[in-house]
Formats: sequence, structure tokens, C-alpha cells
Amino acid sequence: MLMTSPPSHAKPLLDIRALQTQFKSERGTVNAVQGVDLTIAPGEILGLVGESGSGKSVLALSILRLIQSPGTIAGGEILFDGRDVLGMSKKELTQLRGRDIGIIFQQPHGCLNPVRRIGWQVAEPLRHQGGLDRRAAWDGAIALLRSVGIPAPEEKALAYPHQLSGGQAQRVMIAIALALKPRLLIADEPTTALDVTIQAQILELLRESCRNFGTSLLLVTHDLGVVAKLADRVAVMYAGRIVEDGPVAEMLVEPQHPYARGLLRAAPRLGNAGAGRLQDIPGGIPDLSRPSPGCAFAPRCEVRRSLQLGRCLTEQPPFQTSHAGHRTRCWATDRSINPPQSVSEMSLPLEGRP
Amino acid sequence: MKLPPLLQVEALHVRYPVRKGLFGATSGYVNAVDGVSLTLERGETLGLVGESGCGKSTLGRTVLALQRPSSGQVFFRNQDLFSLPPEKLKQQRRFAQLVFQNPKACFDPRRTVGSSVRMALDIQEMLEPSERDDAVAAIFAKVGLRPEHRFRYPHELSGGQLQRIGIARALVLQPSLIVCDEPVSALDVSVQAQILNLLRDLREEFELALLFVSHNLAVVEYIADRVAVMYYGRIVEIAPRQRLFENPQHPYTQALLSAVPSMDLGRRDEPVPRLGDPPDPVHLPTGCRFRNRCPLAFERCAVSEPEAVEVAPGHSVACWAAMPAEPAPSLASASTN
Repeated sequence: MLMTSPPSHAKPLLDIRALQTQFKSERGTVNAVQGVDLTIAPGEILGLVGESGSGKSVLALSILRLIQSPGTIAGGEILFDGRDVLGMSKKELTQLRGRDIGIIFQQPHGCLNPVRRIGWQVAEPLRHQGGLDRRAAWDGAIALLRSVGIPAPEEKALAYPHQLSGGQAQRVMIAIALALKPRLLIADEPTTALDVTIQAQILELLRESCRNFGTSLLLVTHDLGVVAKLADRVAVMYAGRIVEDGPVAEMLVEPQHPYARGLLRAAPRLGNAGAGRLQDIPGGIPDLSRPSPGCAFAPRCEVRRSLQLGRCLTEQPPFQTSHAGHRTRCWATDRSINPPQSVSEMSLPLEGRP
Repeated sequence: MKLPPLLQVEALHVRYPVRKGLFGATSGYVNAVDGVSLTLERGETLGLVGESGCGKSTLGRTVLALQRPSSGQVFFRNQDLFSLPPEKLKQQRRFAQLVFQNPKACFDPRRTVGSSVRMALDIQEMLEPSERDDAVAAIFAKVGLRPEHRFRYPHELSGGQLQRIGIARALVLQPSLIVCDEPVSALDVSVQAQILNLLRDLREEFELALLFVSHNLAVVEYIADRVAVMYYGRIVEIAPRQRLFENPQHPYTQALLSAVPSMDLGRRDEPVPRLGDPPDPVHLPTGCRFRNRCPLAFERCAVSEPEAVEVAPGHSVACWAAMPAEPAPSLASASTN
């Protein structure tokens, strides 16, 4: 059964408003995140999809204020459960990281301390933030390792990270991230470094953990299959902006934005080999240090070319909400200027899909 | 008489010593390739899939004579590569090229990409020196780049452009075989599609054979004519593409296929295959090496290792449970012809 998204009027757990994150470089300012608005409801799984350089990881790190110099959060607001993250003191931030929001990265081995037994690494948040003593924290760590599916956790807790396989190390990372039962988990490409059989198990673990604890999940990935497996809602990011955001059932079947449609057509799928040639998206991602006044996707956009929309190159399209909980930033799908029939004619058919 | 295949690998073994301690005493061996035999015809694309560490890259490198086998033979264009004198081997290398996984790491950062491609011609002494720059420009056009891209340095180009140049460098020597080792794994989806389509077009145009090594099953299904599934040094199943994806016989192939996340939302709550963690390659189980992760394993699997048996034309499986004539209660016998 599909989990339905919580109603949109529910108070969001995380509310990002007009967030801007920049990096100063010799070649000028790189606008990695350019005015992102995004919310995550309690218990919701949001898939954040985009290609490398789209700013999705920077957005994820901004939520925890883990952006380091030369990067800065240049504007906007981040509200976690109504609290202003950008105005938090060091002490409040320490509490936010780990207790309120947990994070998992792509390379588990790069995130674990190579000279500490994994049991202590899992126990650390329980001791320092959870207030448990050594003994209780160790027992807690073993229980956590068991819950993430580490076999013989009493023995494995004594192992060092290099003695773990990639899948086991990622399970340990999930155990650490879930140790304090955070209300939001951020997973940045959690399975990209793993083999497909291990990936399936880790995705299932993430989903079950989030369901059991009622944790919200921000799942950052470039893989639409991963999104299809977990997400309630999907946001597509391109060149520092969210270009479309809606319920997973709509986003994977009939997205509105030409870039979102292009992504869906470009990915080869199992069992689709007879469907003919993959449709690639010509060109590459734009230079974020030289922002264009118009839509960042316009130079690659076939819909713009065939509709000959000049506006796309000169003016940033605003969000259009097509119906509850689904919004798109695109002049071509903007029904206030284009009658609907011309849009459906121009939006290329997604063959073989209902 | 039928032409011999372009590439014929026979009983190939490659093993790496595992060293321990201060003085590097050998404590064991990893059999990265453990008895592989296969053939590749002219113009054919063979996909090679398997988990990381299963030996697929080692097999690819050995086929190119970049790695010496511990035993076994590789016949390429009717010559036994490992008995050739160095000068003859160099001549053969022209016809078998490699495209790497990470295009950003396989070019000299201090050399323009055009001169990196030209270097291939210089080393092989192909064409007159005065003609080589034109040949480079022509091959850049073939892979969808402009002539002025030749004068750029690797850091000035995107991953997709560099992978096109990686393909150009292989193609400029007019090879008959290209080993592609995860050529699109480091690329984004939209660019990945560009490169896959480019490879498909070039393969037609130059009648290229491709050995396409990848862990991504959907990509392999898109490009391969035949697919081999490798598990810790052995090919456990090999079949024409459509047959392998529609009618996989080996439990490992079945598990790999069902582990790929489906875009079909109706299938999102389907149970995932529980294969457990991969084994330690130094200490593989006795008998069938997949036995400890296999849902179908029975007594016989622990006793002896199954040999590949042809279950249908061109479709071979190395699994006791999938043998057509053997008692195979658990695997549907209806699916074997």
C-alpha cells in the first residue's frame, strides 16, 4: 500500500524558506542554493532528486548548518519544529545535530572513526547527549546494532570499521544516526556506494526505521528507483532551485517540468530494453557562478525550443501550484499564460506509461 | 567454415596473493578469476555483471593483457596473447582498447585532451605524423565534440565530455574490441543516456565488439546482446539478453534482478531478496561458492561445484538446482525448455 502524504495543512516539521547558500571562489560567487522553499511534514519521506552539482547535498548540509567557509548561508530561514535554526547558539546546534536531526552520508567508511570500536561510536551519542552511563550506553549500542540487522551484535560491537563490509558500515551509520531517535533523518545518497542486493536491504531498513519511530526522512539521491521505493513526495532540484515538487505517484508517472520529464526518460529501466532509444538531455549543467536571469534549464529545454518561448531566457518562472501539493516552476506549464491544450500537445508523451 | 570468434577466453584463472604482517608473507590467495571460458564475436556486445569484488574488472583487464593470468589462455584475433613476444603484443593492443570508469582520473592533467588522444596514435605509430592531428579532429567529431575541444585541459571539461574523449582515445586506433569498465557509473542520468547512445551508434558504425562491465543491470539490458553474470571469479550464468532478463535460472541472477528498485509504485512493498553479506573472497565456501547465500541450497551444493550446463541454446547455468535432468524440486522445471 502506498502511504498517503500527510495533509498539507499539518504543521511542517521542517520549513525552509527562500534559503540561499553561496560559496565564494576566485571565479566569483557560486550560488549553490538559490532561494529554496521546502517543507517536510512529520513522518513524511521526501525524496530530493537532482544531478551532481544541482545543490541537493549543499541544501541538506545547510539544514544542519554544516556549511563551512568559504560557504555561507546568505539568506532565508530554516525552521525546525518552529525554531529558527539559523539563529541558534552553538549549544542549541549541538542539540539539534544528533538529537533532533540525524544524518547519513554516502561513504560510511569515510564517516566512521577508523581507530575506535564501532560499539563505542554508536554509544557515543547515547552517553554524551542521551545522558546514559558507560554500561547502559554500551547495552544501548548493542540493541541498536541488532535493530539495524548486524548479526551477532555483541561481537561486532568490538570490531573496527575496516573489518566491516560497506553494507555493514552503512548499517552502523544508520544505528548512530537513529541512536537518539531524531525526528528528522537526512540521508545523502545512502546507497550509492553499495551493491544492488545490499542497497535493497538498506532501503528497507531505512523505511522500517522511519515508520517505527515516526521519523521524517529527507532522502537525497540521483536514483529515481530509490525514490520510487521509499518516498511519499518528490522534489526535483536543478541548478540550485527546486523546479518541481509533488506526490510520488504523480512525479513518477507524469511530472510537469521538462527537466523532470527528461530525467524520467533518460534512465534505463529493467524490462524496457525493447522500448527503443533512451532519450538523453542534450548539454550539461550550467555554471552556477554566472546565474542566468531566466530559467536555468532553458538552454537545454526542448519544450522551450518548440514553443519558442523567449520569456524562459529572460525571466525566472515562479512556482505554479497545479493542484494541492504539486507545484512547478516552468513558463511552458504555466496555465495562466498558456491554454492547457497547447501544453499537453507540447509536453512530450511518456510512452509506455499510464 | 565458420570464422573463429574475435575473442576466446579459455579456463582463465587470475589469482592475487594476500600478504600479511611486516615481511609480507603470503597468507592466502584471492581467486579473482577462477576458471572462466567465454567467447565474443565480431560486433557483439557482452555485458558482464556482478557485485563489487566479483572479479569482473580483473577479467576485463586480463582480456586486454594488462594483467597476466595464473593459468588459462586468451585468444584475440586468433593469437594467444600471453605467448606473444612484446613487440607483437603491442601490435595486438591496438585492436583492443579500454574505456575507464572515472573519466576525470584517466587523462594527464597537464596535457591537452587532444594531445592525449594523439599520443595513442604516436605510440602505435599509426598514420603519417602530419596526418595525426586531422585524425584526432575527425574522431572528436565522431564522438560529438567540436574540433576546438582538442585544445582544452581535462579540468576545463565536464565528466560527460571527458568520457566522450575517453571513447575517442580508444576509437582513434580503429580497434575491433573495446572493454568498457563501468563507463557510465560516474555520470549523471542525463549524460549517461548520451554516452550509452553514443556507444550504441559507434558500435554499429565501426562493427565494434564491446565487453561491457557494469554493476547496473538496467544499463546492461539496454546495451548488451548477451549477458554474463559473475560471482566471485566464476560465470554462473550466461545467456542472450532477452532470455537472461526474462527467464533467469541461477538463484543469484534472480536475486540481482529482483533487488533492482522498481519504478513501479505498486511494487514498492515487495519483499527484497535476503542474500546477506558477501563472503570473504579468500575463504569461499566449499562446493558451490554461492551456497551460503543461496535460498535453494541443498546437500549436493556443499559437496561439489556445479559446472556450467547449457539449458537452452546459448544459455548456460552453473547451479545444481537449475540442472534440467537432475532432481530439482525447488526450481520450476517448467521454465527450462
